Amino acid sequence: MNYKNQEKIIAHSIFLLGSIIVLYPFISILFLALSEPGTRVSGFTVPSGIYFDNFIKAWTGGGFANGLFNSFVVVVGVVSIAILCSLLAAYAFEKLDIFGVTPLFAILLIGLVLPYESIVISLYYSMKSYNLTNTHLSLILPQIGLSIPFSIFWLRASFRAIPQSLSEAAMIEGASRFTILTKILIPQMIPAILTLTVLLFMWTWNEFLLALIMIQDAEMRTAPLALSYFAGNKRYGDPAITAAAAIWVALPVLITYIFLQRRFISGMVTGAVKE
Amino acid sequence: MSNKNIYRPQSKFEYTSYIYIFPAFIFYILFVLFPLADTFYTSFTQWNGISEKKWVGFDQYINNLSDKKITSSIKHSFILIIFYSFLPIIIGLLIAGIMIRVKIHGMATYRAILFLPQILSMIVVGIAWRWIYAPKGPLNSGLDFFGLEDVSRAWLGSFDYALPFVGLIGTWVMFGFTMILFIAGVQKIPTELYDAAKVDGAGAIAEFFNVTLPNLRGEIIVALIFTVTLALRNFDLIYITTGGGPGTSTMIPSMFIYKKAFQMNQVGSASSLGIMLTLMIFTLVSLILIILREKK
Repeated sequence: MNYKNQEKIIAHSIFLLGSIIVLYPFISILFLALSEPGTRVSGFTVPSGIYFDNFIKAWTGGGFANGLFNSFVVVVGVVSIAILCSLLAAYAFEKLDIFGVTPLFAILLIGLVLPYESIVISLYYSMKSYNLTNTHLSLILPQIGLSIPFSIFWLRASFRAIPQSLSEAAMIEGASRFTILTKILIPQMIPAILTLTVLLFMWTWNEFLLALIMIQDAEMRTAPLALSYFAGNKRYGDPAITAAAAIWVALPVLITYIFLQRRFISGMVTGAVKE
Repeated sequence: MSNKNIYRPQSKFEYTSYIYIFPAFIFYILFVLFPLADTFYTSFTQWNGISEKKWVGFDQYINNLSDKKITSSIKHSFILIIFYSFLPIIIGLLIAGIMIRVKIHGMATYRAILFLPQILSMIVVGIAWRWIYAPKGPLNSGLDFFGLEDVSRAWLGSFDYALPFVGLIGTWVMFGFTMILFIAGVQKIPTELYDAAKVDGAGAIAEFFNVTLPNLRGEIIVALIFTVTLALRNFDLIYITTGGGPGTSTMIPSMFIYKKAFQMNQVGSASSLGIMLTLMIFTLVSLILIILREKK
């Protein structure tokens, strides 16, 4: 019994230490952002009071109302279309017999490993030739393409988990394949679809390089892009205001995480293992 | 054969099945496969982004490989693998080795906290750490507090320290992920295996190497692929923390791709570097899978 307790104390100490290491940078910039404007905080002192001035300055100075709105539009576009297309494809791959599943999957595998840093140049010149740079579409379309391999793999695995007998019964009763998908299979997959939504939302929200390349117009910047410009701008060189700006950008994902953390974690851990 | 049709009616092959995969593949082909093929073609040309592409064969590859700045940027990536991949995996494995059969309260909270760096934008993470490492930031204040004023410096502005200190951010981002992954894996190992090892008189270290490590093979493969890929890509964090500097001391290939294509108008050269990065990642992922795959 004593041995057991000792083990538990060691486990708690390790986790506590790990948690402090993870949280310290966040708490540090939170204190910095909440500090009185103009005062120097070193990161080792608790602020003397709570001031929201930095948050207001960051919000108005960095164009974050635009930034959050643009990010929101891009996320909704990417997540809805990518999941819709991937649901159809994963259904066909798993439940309908398709000739050439293996080579098609091998082709999808490329997209799972491909560093998209290497294809953004070509994407930029294609978008430019259609006059699409500086638009939401220039961010939405490529990210749908990039989200599709993971989404298909993820959804195919959850289609597989549904017993074949369910759709067979419906098939005997004469339901069409599309009806089986929408009326019988999709209702079974709501949890898997929700987890995928959360993951795609997070990845799309945090995407940076594509926005950096496609968007030149300040009003079209996504939240992370607006943040990077803001952090590099000398006029707002005060680290406390930059810290407040970073918190604005992190907030939507953070709030979602607080409510749906188990989906984030299980999604990323099991998603990774399934691959 | 007709029986099969009763039990699996869908197995009847129909061309209309392809309609279902069509939308997904259109997006995938137009925005992933085509750009990849196009980049591949451009990598064999000289192009400033405006004029006609001029075919130069393997020249861009040869020039890149003989450019000291580029080869050293690849070297930096491999150093970053130590920080992004090896350190978090070693930390995760050691802790998982201790955590066998330990069930504690509050695990969900710890897990949520440890996972936090995974969900936030690297731009946000980079800004937080820029502040930690700043000349008057918490790290230097802490060193001053302990009377180590001589040690404190602008960490990210130092030719010697910038790379390892960016690397440590990667370790910080990754160690929670590997811990959670490996602890979840360890708890799936049947306890009989540990009991058997005990009967054989295995100590804690032998137990770790004979039972824990081999049974975490799948999780180790996942962690390696995930972290190595990120270490080699890594654009956002470098861009926001050092921009590749000071000098080229933290330059990595993805940063060179961006600079060459969008600031130096060397699109052909940037494309060939992109293909090189892709090949590097494909090779490393294949190596990880081949070396660690379960031998049957």
